[in-house]
Amino acid sequence: MRQTLIATVENKPGVLNRVSSLFRRRNFNIDSLNVGRTENPAVSRMTIVVDSRDTEARLVEANLYKLVNVIDVQDVTNQPAVMRELALIKLQASPSMRGEILSLTNIFDATVVDVGSDTLIVQIVAGEDRVNSLVELLRPFGVLEIVRTGHVAMMRGRADGVRHTPGAGPATNGHVVDDAKSPISNL
Amino acid sequence: MKKTGAEIMWECLVREGVDVVFGYPGGAIMPAYDAMLDYPIHHVLVRHEQGASHMADGYARATGKVGVAIATSGPGATNLVTGIVTAMMDSSPIVCITGQVPASLIGGDAFQETDVTGITLPITKHNFLITRADEVAEVVREAFYIARSGRPGPVLIDICKNAQIEMAEFVYPDQPNMLGYKPPQHAPMKDLQQAAQLISEAERPVILAGHGVLKSGAMQALRDFAVKTQTPVAMTLLGLGGLPASHTLSLGMMGMHGEAYCNNAIQQADLLLAFGMRFDDRVTGNLRTYAPRARKIHVEIDPSEVHKNVRVDVPLVGDLRTVLDDLLPLVEPGDHEEWLEQIADWKEETVQRDIMAWPEDGLLYSSHVIRDIWQFTGGNSIVTTDVGQHQMWTAQYYHFEQPYQLITSGGAGTMGFGMPAAIGAWFGNKDRDIWAIVGDGGFQMTQAELATAAQEQANIKIAILNNSYLGMVRQWQEFFFEKRYSAVYMHNPDFVKLAGAYDIPARRVSKREEVSDAMRFATETKGPVLLEFVVEMEEAVFPMVPSGADLDDMIRRPIRRGKVETGD
Repeated sequence: MRQTLIATVENKPGVLNRVSSLFRRRNFNIDSLNVGRTENPAVSRMTIVVDSRDTEARLVEANLYKLVNVIDVQDVTNQPAVMRELALIKLQASPSMRGEILSLTNIFDATVVDVGSDTLIVQIVAGEDRVNSLVELLRPFGVLEIVRTGHVAMMRGRADGVRHTPGAGPATNGHVVDDAKSPISNL
Repeated sequence: MKKTGAEIMWECLVREGVDVVFGYPGGAIMPAYDAMLDYPIHHVLVRHEQGASHMADGYARATGKVGVAIATSGPGATNLVTGIVTAMMDSSPIVCITGQVPASLIGGDAFQETDVTGITLPITKHNFLITRADEVAEVVREAFYIARSGRPGPVLIDICKNAQIEMAEFVYPDQPNMLGYKPPQHAPMKDLQQAAQLISEAERPVILAGHGVLKSGAMQALRDFAVKTQTPVAMTLLGLGGLPASHTLSLGMMGMHGEAYCNNAIQQADLLLAFGMRFDDRVTGNLRTYAPRARKIHVEIDPSEVHKNVRVDVPLVGDLRTVLDDLLPLVEPGDHEEWLEQIADWKEETVQRDIMAWPEDGLLYSSHVIRDIWQFTGGNSIVTTDVGQHQMWTAQYYHFEQPYQLITSGGAGTMGFGMPAAIGAWFGNKDRDIWAIVGDGGFQMTQAELATAAQEQANIKIAILNNSYLGMVRQWQEFFFEKRYSAVYMHNPDFVKLAGAYDIPARRVSKREEVSDAMRFATETKGPVLLEFVVEMEEAVFPMVPSGADLDDMIRRPIRRGKVETGD
């Protein structure tokens, strides 16, 4: 299962290198990693998607937390959060096919951002599943290139962000830990 | 007031309480070396930078203060690396300062330029690159704070030559200002209560005391806890001294070369209380069969260690001493008489297998030598070691009563650590006996530091246990590779003559009865002394849990009957 973590980090040279070096050293398998600026110029924000069949999100979280430049880490996997990804898809598209493609993109709230003599670039901003669906539907038209940003995530309003202490997460085979109390099994 | 970056650096070091640094000058660090002359700092000139980082480490472990090593750019900095890894693996607080080419030349492959922050990124707790003089004060302040707080560790400061020369306003920061660095202190009350519940239900509990006991100064808290709950205490190699070896609840060292009764107790336990230890593979053996009936409570300051190797039932993330102080009032006084008797029975069986129970056969065994050193020094010395057989025998036969007494490379297993670490330890403890117990292999890796010991007249006593083999590798080849000895025999120099070349008094000992005389000679002679013990070549460390085997699946020493040696 894939887990999504949000890390806020100090906006200093080398911080991305520290994070990626950690993933390499601990042998964590990262699906996607997105870094960008925030409302605070001193702080950058990373959205990290981990494949927890290979690694445990909790361990990734605790290790991230250890980095001096990491300010905060939140596991939003099972929290009410908005997750979005932007994808650009370049299609082989003769003028006669444009109509059909446009009707598909409309259904997906995607837009055509470039039209060439025999190509189109479709842009979609959506959750991962939706992006996947559109890609599959467009594939028969002849996909030339795809670029995807990877997830960005933000907690929804009202729901309190549960900042759980790294390392204090529930054990899976414990005698004591009551899984009903963990935020994961509440959802 | 304006000062050069180099002056600011020393000003900050003095304010951090530094009075000795271990280093080696070179081009990119020369402005710092020039400014150093104006500050009350003693500089120890090493003979290889690895020695500097080990000395800083030895100093840190013996004093609890931050040790400082200095080197120039390029090869100077890369030579520090082994010592940095050693400090990282054993959570030792050191600050390494390296010169770097001027900021304008970075990335251009200038003479002696190396990406030192890149190289040391995974082996430091944190590192810094300083390109401007006005960054120096803040960085040095943060570096020392990071090195000594939380789970301690090495911090490296790479300082460009121009940042050492240029002037900046000197403002000493009142507080290190770091957004994202907050070491945990207290564990949540509901977790403490859960732990207390498990403790009250346990019938066969065992405490696993690690380096964290020493690091957080939790010796008294550990003892109070163990006594109140009547829980026996097994220690990791680096945890030795956390509870006095002579304490009735002490089980000694656990793990690969731990005593059988200690490992049996762990395997039979129904509750393990891991205090500041990290379930290293040398301690657990086969994880699948490790303490199968035991619930586990893990008190640990580093959240990334929790559930890493062993799944635990109650993690208590926080400072060990604080957590134990919080936990003690919640637990009931315990009574585990039956369990302690069971362990005592196992212990009795173990004693019969002890090499000390072997009849005197005229051979000089390393374990005898170490036991004699223990007896002669009244068990009060600071002892440093390299890694290998002599290290394990030291752990087994030098019975450590106090914390910070054994200084040894555990996690990294660094050969060549012992002698430079002893020199470092001496600078923090000039009134104590300091013994470096080393093997012939490891000693030769950093033997150049004999010159440093002689130059500083460091009052260290070096005991080389010379079996002309890389002993631990030879033992593995004997046990697991059908005695096919591959690249383990060493044709060694004459160590007594070698010491003589440095004007270091030395003796060679090859008979048991000569040991105490040599010890007397060493302790009565001021300054460094070297003793070479020519020991039995094929002695093995027992018991042994083969790598990856079950913890109670041990290779034991055969029982030999005969005259039993007495005296303790």
